Amino acid sequence: MTNKELVESLIYTKPEGLTSAVTHYCPGCTHGIAHRLLAEVIDEMGVREETIGIAPVGCAVFAYDYFNMDFAEAAHGRAPAMATGLKRVSPDKVVFTYQGDGDLASIGAGEILHAAGRGENITVIFINNAIYGMTGGQMAPTTLPGQRTTSTPLGRDVEMHGFPLRMCEILSQLDGAVYVVRRSLHNVANIRKAKKAIRQAFEVQRQGLGFSMVELLSSCPTNWGMSAAEALNWIEEHMLPAYPLGDYKVSPAISKHGGN
Amino acid sequence: MAKGRIVVNELYCKGCELCTSVCPKDLIQIAVDRFTPKGYHPAELVDPEGACTGCAICSIICPDAAITVYRWVPADKVKIKV
Ligand SMILES: Cc1ncc(C[n+]2csc(CCOP(=O)(O)OP(=O)(O)O)c2C)c(N)n1
Ligand code: SF4
Ligand code: SF4
Repeated sequence: MTNKELVESLIYTKPEGLTSAVTHYCPGCTHGIAHRLLAEVIDEMGVREETIGIAPVGCAVFAYDYFNMDFAEAAHGRAPAMATGLKRVSPDKVVFTYQGDGDLASIGAGEILHAAGRGENITVIFINNAIYGMTGGQMAPTTLPGQRTTSTPLGRDVEMHGFPLRMCEILSQLDGAVYVVRRSLHNVANIRKAKKAIRQAFEVQRQGLGFSMVELLSSCPTNWGMSAAEALNWIEEHMLPAYPLGDYKVSPAISKHGGN
Repeated sequence: MAKGRIVVNELYCKGCELCTSVCPKDLIQIAVDRFTPKGYHPAELVDPEGACTGCAICSIICPDAAITVYRWVPADKVKIKV
């Protein structure tokens, strides 16, 4: 016999993987969405007690106060180096870095390249919002050609400032990288796909397969000078063509995890 | 049609309006008559006809995990995951 009587049940609430802190992120900033997804995945996998996150320098510098799990804080760009050490001395832990595009692709370009090249068994969550958020909206390596920032007030001129770096495309060339994908946080359907990719990246690490990275196209409404909703549209219109979503590296060793 | 409701935690809500833009039934509004402890106008469910289905789409876009979602479901199916 099945019980068809209706009961009011809880469908969603703030995940336990987040602390009760109110974040300092600006209203509508997708850093918050990325935090939520990570916490949900870690809760669903039941690995909160075994997880160590590494916070970057950038707007996510206080991430250690927002995640309800062990966290370390790295010097600017050095999170992959710190993750390397932590994972090597504690191979049973789930170790992830959380890095912005300034942190990962400019000052930390060397660290991320070599961590991927060495095939470190760590997971990198890469927040690409095409700008330096924390310091007031300067050009990042990921800033789009023509995009206005406080250090490119007339728009990024590729003759003068060079071209954007596409980190998934670059890192996927390295033999040590086994799971390298780009997703976006600009709408509900894509947020759901982003969560699945984060789960997959953690499963790759749990199976000991090597370096995994999920790049998330993100918004910075404050420094882009837009409302939160306009910023999500801007991701769709301007970032998606420059940073195509997709799976850049899925090593054949990766067996699809069940469910979710 | 399933029935549901949401509760916005005003400690966390920053009034970013993303939830108001994604609700398929257009049931979420910004309460301009009051402020949260942080000084934002919070989002609130305005649903006099009980049209909320508890679809949880608003909670998926909320950057501050401010939205709790409930849905009336058959007792033998209470373990629903978003
Ligand atoms: C060694 C060092 N150099 C420079 C800085 C200044 N700084 C702080 S955050 C940042 C860039 C942040 O941008 P991003 O990584 O894209 O993160 P977001 O703030 O956009 O999330 C810079 C250059 C610093 N803190 N330390
Ligand atoms: S400055 Fe930009 S990246 Fe930083 S919290 Fe505000 S919106 Fe987010
Ligand atoms: S999405 Fe969240 S933070 Fe933004 S207005 Fe709605 S409840 Fe508030």
